[in-house]
This record gives sequence, C-alpha cells and structure tokens, in this order.
Amino acid sequence: MRLARWQSLAIAAAMLGGATTARAAETVKIGAAFSLTGNAAVYGAQQKAGVLLAVEHLNKSGQLKGITLEAVVEDDATSKEQGIAVFQRFINRDKVSAIIGPTLSTTATAADPIAQQSRTPVVAVSNTAPKGITDIGEYIWRVSLTEAQVIPSALQIVRAKLGFKNAALLYGNDDVFTKAGFDVMKAALEKEGIPIVEIQTFATKDRDFNAQLTALKGKNPQFLMVSALAEQAAGIVTQARQLGWNVAIMGGNGFNSPAFIKNAGQAAEGVYVGTAWNKPSTDPVNQAFLAAAKAKGVDPDQFCAQAYTGVLVVAEAIKQAGMKGGRDDIKAGFAKVSGLPTPLGKFSFLPSRDGNHAAAIQWVKGGKFEVVQ
Amino acid sequence: MGQQIVNGLFLGSIYALFALGYTLVFGVLDILNLAHQAVFMLCAYAALLLVGHLHLHMFLSFPLAVLAGGLLGLLVDRVAFRPLRGRSDSNISGLISSIALATILEAVALQLFGPDVERFPFGTVPTRTLRLGSAVVSELQIVIIAVAVGMMAALTLLVQRTRLGRRIRAVAESPRAARVLGVNVDGVIAASFFISSALGAAAGVLFGLAFNAISPDVGRAVELKGLAVIILGGMGSMPGAAVAGFALGLLEVFTVAQIGSSYRDAIAFGVLFLVLVVRPRGLLGQAATREA
Repeated sequence: MRLARWQSLAIAAAMLGGATTARAAETVKIGAAFSLTGNAAVYGAQQKAGVLLAVEHLNKSGQLKGITLEAVVEDDATSKEQGIAVFQRFINRDKVSAIIGPTLSTTATAADPIAQQSRTPVVAVSNTAPKGITDIGEYIWRVSLTEAQVIPSALQIVRAKLGFKNAALLYGNDDVFTKAGFDVMKAALEKEGIPIVEIQTFATKDRDFNAQLTALKGKNPQFLMVSALAEQAAGIVTQARQLGWNVAIMGGNGFNSPAFIKNAGQAAEGVYVGTAWNKPSTDPVNQAFLAAAKAKGVDPDQFCAQAYTGVLVVAEAIKQAGMKGGRDDIKAGFAKVSGLPTPLGKFSFLPSRDGNHAAAIQWVKGGKFEVVQ
Repeated sequence: MGQQIVNGLFLGSIYALFALGYTLVFGVLDILNLAHQAVFMLCAYAALLLVGHLHLHMFLSFPLAVLAGGLLGLLVDRVAFRPLRGRSDSNISGLISSIALATILEAVALQLFGPDVERFPFGTVPTRTLRLGSAVVSELQIVIIAVAVGMMAALTLLVQRTRLGRRIRAVAESPRAARVLGVNVDGVIAASFFISSALGAAAGVLFGLAFNAISPDVGRAVELKGLAVIILGGMGSMPGAAVAGFALGLLEVFTVAQIGSSYRDAIAFGVLFLVLVVRPRGLLGQAATREA
C-alpha cells in the first residue's frame, strides 16, 4: 500500500514531535535577555558571563541528575522594544522553561508582562526598582536586592563613618530605575533625620552636568547622593571634581560597576556604593564562584554574581519540583527555595517574590571596589 | 553665579562654533546641511582615534581632525548637494539628501565604533584649574572658549577681508551674477562646505574633550540646538549665530540650575518662539530683501 504524501508527512511529524518531547525531558532551556549593547552594555557582558559560568558549573556537577541546562543568551539592546522581541522569541520559538533578565528595570516593565501572560517564569537578576517588577504577576521573581533594601543600611554605615549633618541629591528623572533610586535615597535621608538642602535632576542623554553640580555646590551640602546609570555616573563624578568640589559622594546601584571606575579614573576614588555582593566573602560557594570566574579570565562584579545566582535559583527550583523542568514546575519550585547557598550569601525569596540576603557597603580605593567592613 | 556664567559660556562656545558652520552654508546656498551633525560626530571619533590609538598629542590631533572634517565637508557637498544643484526644488531635495547622508554616516560610525560611549584616555587634556573670584575654571574650559572665539574671529576676517571671502559673499548675493563676473561658483561652494565642516569638526572635538563621552548619536542633540541658534541669531548671520550660541548656552545653564533639567529644552525653544514672534528676522538677521 502506498501512503499518500500527506500521510507520510503526518507520520514524520509525529515522530519528530515524539523525539522533541523525549529530548525536552533531558534538556532545560533558560533564556537570558541582557543588554549586550546600548546604554547598559557595561552590565550585560558581566551578566552573560555569570549565566554561562553557572550553567557550566551545574552541568559538570551533575546535581540535576540527567537534566542538562542550556542557556540561550540574547541582546535586549537596552531598549523596551528589543526586550519584548527577545522575550517573544524565547517563549514562542526557543520554548525556554524560564527567562533570566532583562538588564534594566525600564525594559523589564515592558517585557515581563509578556512572560506573565504566557505563564513563563522570569528571574530578574539586576532589576532594582522597588515597585513594578515582581508586582507584574506570580511568574515574576527577583534575585537582585532592591535599592530600598541596600541603600538605607549603606547610608547608616557611611553616616556613622563621616558624621555629616546635611545632604543634597542629584538624579535622572526620565528613567524608571534612577527615579526609583532617588525615591529610596530621599526616604532614607528623611528617616535618618538628615536635612536635604538641594535636589537637582538631569536626563538620560545629558553629557553636561556642570549647571546642576554648580547649583548643588552653591548650597554647601556635606554629602551628595546620586542616582544615575554607570554612563552618567562617571561624567557626574568627573565634572564634580573638575569644579573643585570634593564633597563625599554615595551612588546608587548604577555606580556599582568596574566600568564606572574605569571611566571616571581618579575622580572615582572615595565614592561610596551600596552593594548586594560582598566580593571578598570567604564563604566557600563565593570562593568557588571566584575561582571559576578567574579560570575563564572574568573579573566578576556584582552583576555577574547575581546572574550566576539566578541560574542557581532556577536549578534549585527544578530540584524542589522533583527534577522537573517545565514552566509551572519551576514556578512552583521557586516558592520552596530557602537558605540556598550562593555567592551572595544564604538566599531566600520573600512572600513578595523579591530576593532576600545580606547587603554590604563598598568604596573605591586604588581603582578598585573595596568592601567597607 | 559666576560659576554658572562660566558653565554657560563654555557650553555656548561649542553651540556657537557648531552653528557658525550651519549658518555659513545656509548664507551661501540657502539650504540647511543636516549632515553637519554627522561631521561633528565623526570628527570627535577621528580625534579619539588619533589620540587613543596613534598616541598623537592633542595639539596635533585637533588640527588633523579639523582637516578631516573639512575634507568630509567636500564629500558632503559632492555627494548630497552638487548632483541636485540647479534643480528648481534643490532646497528641499538637498535637505532630504543631507538627512540621508547623515543617517548613512551615523550607521558607518555605529559599525566602526559600536553603540557604546567612548572616552579619551586620561591625561589627554590638562586637568589643572584656576580660580576666578568664586568660580573655578579648568584650563580645558579656557582653551575651548579661546579656540572657539579665535575660530569665530578668523572666520569673520576670512569672509570680510579676503578674496575668497569676497567671492563667498558674491555667491551668497547671487550665484548667477557671480558666475557672470567670472567666479567659479562650484569652487566657492565647495570651499564654503570645507570651512563649514571644519568648524563643525572643531565643535565635535571640543565637545568630545569637554564632556568626554562620544557615541554615534552624539550629534543629534547638538543638531537641534544648532538649528535653534541660527534661527535665533538670524538665518545666515554669522555674528548672530555667535551671539545666539552663547545666549542659548547661558539660558540652558540657568534654566537647569534655577528651574530644573526637565524644562531646559522647553524654555530654550520657548524663548526661540518668542524671539521669532517679536522679531521674525532673528537677533542680528537682515530683513529678507536679498532674494528680490
């Protein structure tokens, strides 16, 4: 009997379908959307390295008994549009079980709702806007501490050290992340009872901050808090020092990148930054991460450690779900992650699906971030 | 206060230099060269390459980048304007073809240099500062303002006192009459593009040095400001462009400091609008009788 062409096609398709299902039980795909180009590109390269290091570590260790993780890394180009496109690709074409990223909170507010709609779990590893990320829905989880978690304790330590009596604020008012950082800084200063003598703003595309800095300097504050992305952070600090203003400066999460030190050079010295990652921590998981990164020639920053932790959290969720790597298995598994050893310390999720672990404070000394103990 | 005036003059000198190039071509050809911002951007990169990769001193890199800008200007004229010259609609078609060329040049820069912000290496420029009363002025700022004012003066002399300047003015008055009198009109136009783009290049390099952040889209913000400056100053008026450049720089700085950065462009363009309502020819513009 001769099969009609459509019949043989159908059989072939059925066999192919069967083959993919069988393989899917062994390989779990994780989509990673990071800003490899654009304004936030300084973070994206570190995040990509973190994800790849974690996937290699987990596959080699055989912790996931038979399940192989596969990372698909794509560029969100620091834009909402591209972020949405990448998420759609991950969900519909690559059929990933979970998504890590995107890099900026602004991009996340646009792309995460798409994952929520199609019930695909997302782990935010660098979004730090306090509101509007995990609020999107029960499929959106977060590893990165919000600025609201890092900045108040950072401020307390710096204040105890310097004993300033008043402060001024400078922030970018057209970006979700820098605006959110500003809100937290303002609230933290008010809670500490430190008077705010002046507030100035700038736009993401600005290159010239002399007008704002001069206005701030004119009010003679003893301390300056700045909420900016790394690109502007270097310009702000450099121009402040060029104006002959040597005020103590503390930056938000945007300052937390070696790119800031590289671009600001000498001007970066002495700038304080709160951090989610205590890099010199002697915790064995952290030391193993540092060694693995060093072997690959990567000098990891906080963003690398957080991305690495994001993958560890996904793997832990698969374990908690009984070695199942489906989208809803992973989502259910997240809720059971508690006290997981990671480079960031013992990691748990709060009921709000936000991450929780210890924070630390660092400053720039000799061209490097050094944790202030 | 004193410091804000320094900040404003500093920013304004770059706007003025950029707008002078715009206005020179506009004065001669009555067309806007919207590829001017691409020349500005590419020459900032050119200086970056000369300093960063060939390790030339800034005093050598600056004139080389300005020369490159001039040559690029010849290319802009040859590619975007000359093929269209003589057509009845050459004002609009030239405008559009210069936008096309700007887009192409931006794409080339994106391919060559990538989208990330690039910086001059540390120590390219002196970082010493001087005190002027309550204001702190860096050596770089003084050099930038001096170079800008010097180039403006040189341009004025060139246009007012030299044979080339006389020809440029003749072509501006009437290309046909100039041709009848034996002026090589295409040559004069090419020379105008060379000078105009050299000024744009100088503004680009100085902007790069001043704020030390160069990216393929760096020209776009300055482009709009440049247009505002030449309209404010009076289309085609060189002293007007210089005065308006400084005025816009000061206006922006005081808006940011006193009202807030969000209102900077709104106030700058609001003032532009008001000036046009009250004085349509701009601050130092001639009444439009030349066309008659």
